[in-house]
Amino acid sequence: MNSTRVVITGLGAVSPLGLTVSDMWAGLCAGRCGIDKITAFDPVGFSCQLAGQVPDFKIQKHVPKTYRKATKLFSRDVGLAVIAANEALANSGLITKGIDPERTNINPERVAINLGAGLISCDLVELAPSVAASVTDGKFDINKWGREGLELITPLWLLKYLPNMLACHIGIIHDIQGPSNSIICAEASAHLAIGEAARIIARGDSDIALTGGAEAKVNPLIMTRQCLLKRTTSEKNDEPACACRPFDANAKGSVFGEAAGMLILENLENARKRGAKIHAEVVGIGQSNSINPAYERLEPDGRGLQIAIEKAMTEAQIRPQDLDLIIPHGTGIPADDLAEARAIQAALGDTAKKIPVWPTKSMLSNTGAASGAIDAIAAICAMTDGKIPAAKNCDKEADGCNLNIVKQPQQTNIRCVLCCSYTYGGQTAAVVLKSYDTETTTTN
Amino acid sequence: MTKVNTKERVVITGMGIVCPLGNDVEMLWQAILAGKSGAAKTTIFDASTFPTTFSSEVKEYDFKKYTKHPDLHKYGNRGSKFAIGATVQACNQAHIDFETDEPTDGIDRSRLGIYLGAGEGSVDNDMFFAAIVEGWDKDKNEMDWGRWAQVAFSRMNAMHEFEQEPTMPAAHIAMLTGARGPAKCCLTACAASTQAVGEATMMVRNGDADIIISGGAHSMIHPLGLMGFNRLTALSTRNDSPQTASRPFSADRDGFVLGEGSAILILESLSSARKRNVQILAEVIGYGTTSDAFRVTDMHEEGRGPIAAMNAALADAGISYKDIDYINTHGTGTMENDSIETKAIKAVFKEKAKNTPASSIKSMFGHLIGATGAAELITCVLAIRNNIIPPTTNLNTPDPELDLDYVPNTPRKCRVDIAMNESFGFGGQNNVVIVKRY
Repeated sequence: MNSTRVVITGLGAVSPLGLTVSDMWAGLCAGRCGIDKITAFDPVGFSCQLAGQVPDFKIQKHVPKTYRKATKLFSRDVGLAVIAANEALANSGLITKGIDPERTNINPERVAINLGAGLISCDLVELAPSVAASVTDGKFDINKWGREGLELITPLWLLKYLPNMLACHIGIIHDIQGPSNSIICAEASAHLAIGEAARIIARGDSDIALTGGAEAKVNPLIMTRQCLLKRTTSEKNDEPACACRPFDANAKGSVFGEAAGMLILENLENARKRGAKIHAEVVGIGQSNSINPAYERLEPDGRGLQIAIEKAMTEAQIRPQDLDLIIPHGTGIPADDLAEARAIQAALGDTAKKIPVWPTKSMLSNTGAASGAIDAIAAICAMTDGKIPAAKNCDKEADGCNLNIVKQPQQTNIRCVLCCSYTYGGQTAAVVLKSYDTETTTTN
Repeated sequence: MTKVNTKERVVITGMGIVCPLGNDVEMLWQAILAGKSGAAKTTIFDASTFPTTFSSEVKEYDFKKYTKHPDLHKYGNRGSKFAIGATVQACNQAHIDFETDEPTDGIDRSRLGIYLGAGEGSVDNDMFFAAIVEGWDKDKNEMDWGRWAQVAFSRMNAMHEFEQEPTMPAAHIAMLTGARGPAKCCLTACAASTQAVGEATMMVRNGDADIIISGGAHSMIHPLGLMGFNRLTALSTRNDSPQTASRPFSADRDGFVLGEGSAILILESLSSARKRNVQILAEVIGYGTTSDAFRVTDMHEEGRGPIAAMNAALADAGISYKDIDYINTHGTGTMENDSIETKAIKAVFKEKAKNTPASSIKSMFGHLIGATGAAELITCVLAIRNNIIPPTTNLNTPDPELDLDYVPNTPRKCRVDIAMNESFGFGGQNNVVIVKRY
């Protein structure tokens, strides 16, 4: 059997805990919470007034001079993605056109880009003047908008909101000419993108792939939707650090945020040849579907997620007792957390209770299409440092969540990590990462 | 990661479509043979003052005809509802049971996947614009979010908001079919559903699933969509003549015609299809995917990405350009696309370029955006089945620069064994799929 090993050689993260991987990891280890009162807009009247916001940045500083003009077309999602991609590429030692056009060491046609992205919300502030100018008798007049309002909108408006623009801008900046895909599966996007990128390398279409995900959810339209669906907590608006409580008995909902996580995946042979530092290996991908008439919730028995976990474990050729850490999706939405706990138990059996489980959204918030990528990066940091930080806000486990939530930081050798995610809508994903072992040619 | 090198052959065992030329595959084919147009004055909303007042809408479609449980799908966006009809048709043809807890089709549900190129649903227009109007603070010239929240939270419907997620057509298909295999949705603009079919083919080939329900679903015929394309000046503004507005490869082309729909193909491993003894409609033999890495506003002048994608698909199929009997072009009817696509075809097909028929279905059904690639792929399969090449209609004013055989205006009877389908997306994703007579 022909086998291609796919390894991770670069990491980049922009999160509510900072603009780099090391900021994020240091924050997680210190138990810092990235959730705070929304400042991106005045959330008065919103049931949830909290979010995980990325610290301020000037996007012009993060793109080559020749590309500064194009930043006018960047949605916030693109900006976050570009910064994280820069870090991941720099971290991998790859030199692209965007890093130094004189010294590039990649073949652009052999590099893929495969990103998870969200349904980018239009900027209401940008749209509003044209709408406000199209009112007759106090009501929106679409005829007036068609006649006069449209002229007030920037001609390239649409190009800001196409979700494939994250991959397009990064691909242009760094001259990535291989396969380019954008997976739009809400909170499962990044894991699904990582899975597809790994397959593209395994089938030989690319040697290297930039993958991960990014999403900026802190804007009035997206927050309105999440509040309307009652996925957000409406409590603890005055205690941001305690608001998002995955698997906790007092959990009342999720808190949303923004982030970008980028990983460089690489054919092992390619990574070895250029002497790259190998952070970890992608050994298992599992995907399935949750099927629930209440589409916005995971099915109560977690069956769809269970299947994804089982598939990932099978592909990784490992047993439950080989897992040293699980990073669950853990949103803080009680019904979803319970269903996820059941999925983990059903997939891993009695061993599930013994494996350390470390939900991150209490600190990083629910960053949608980015969440699976920053969790994978956190998993790799944990492997590298041999350390699992404490989970926050799970003071008393919710009934039925019989998981070993990490209450105290642990120093421990971590070889295999399982990361889980699912969408509201149904798609589920699981990824197994393994510390890189030079001795074995295949797992087990 | 271990590559399971099963190298399964991948065949198409079912097709379904809901599109502006008809709500099933046979209706579509008859309309194509007759050279019909799907375009007319826009009725979904009042577009009478927009630069473009017409579009290519799906007509006389009711998703309730296809499901015993319409309540489970009632909030679905237009794309989701189209996908329900297309999926049911495709599943019927491929003998995949749906809406049953006890399927007898012999398919392991955990080996039945979904991969769509699907787009967002429309915003809830009345509520959306009302909330902006009422939230606008005239004195300060800015949004007052408190006022916005008042309107939004009292009048917006949670499910309607939720169903705008591009994943939702796939969710509705899962609900119908009980599919528990890999489920994904990609959105690479106008290339999305060709990319979905291509990647799904790779998954079946690799053994990740036995069957994948693939294709696309999208409608951008809504105020923000029409506004966006009109501002880009990508659309034809031939308001006095919607039916002849889509003029791919014609010298007087002035943009594409906005369409909508859903096209679903059942991709199945040859061994599964044989085991289940289902009819095989065609085989997917090649897939190529590349990116331009050039500009978000324009295609690369020489068609670098499309050339690489065509060559990659040919290499994947293990065939030469000489083996292609028919090219189903992206052919949008914009100045830029048609001229660069022609250049790219010339670069790949060399001496055979002018002798390889290359037509654009968009001349008839318009541009179905995310769903367009899969819909066009269905027409490739029909071309093979019938040995008839669909025409490029409205091609009466040849462009001296564009000198390929675009099959102008009338369908052509000739042997078609292998067809190539091309789709290129805004931002530079290029996807090419090759299908062959089985």
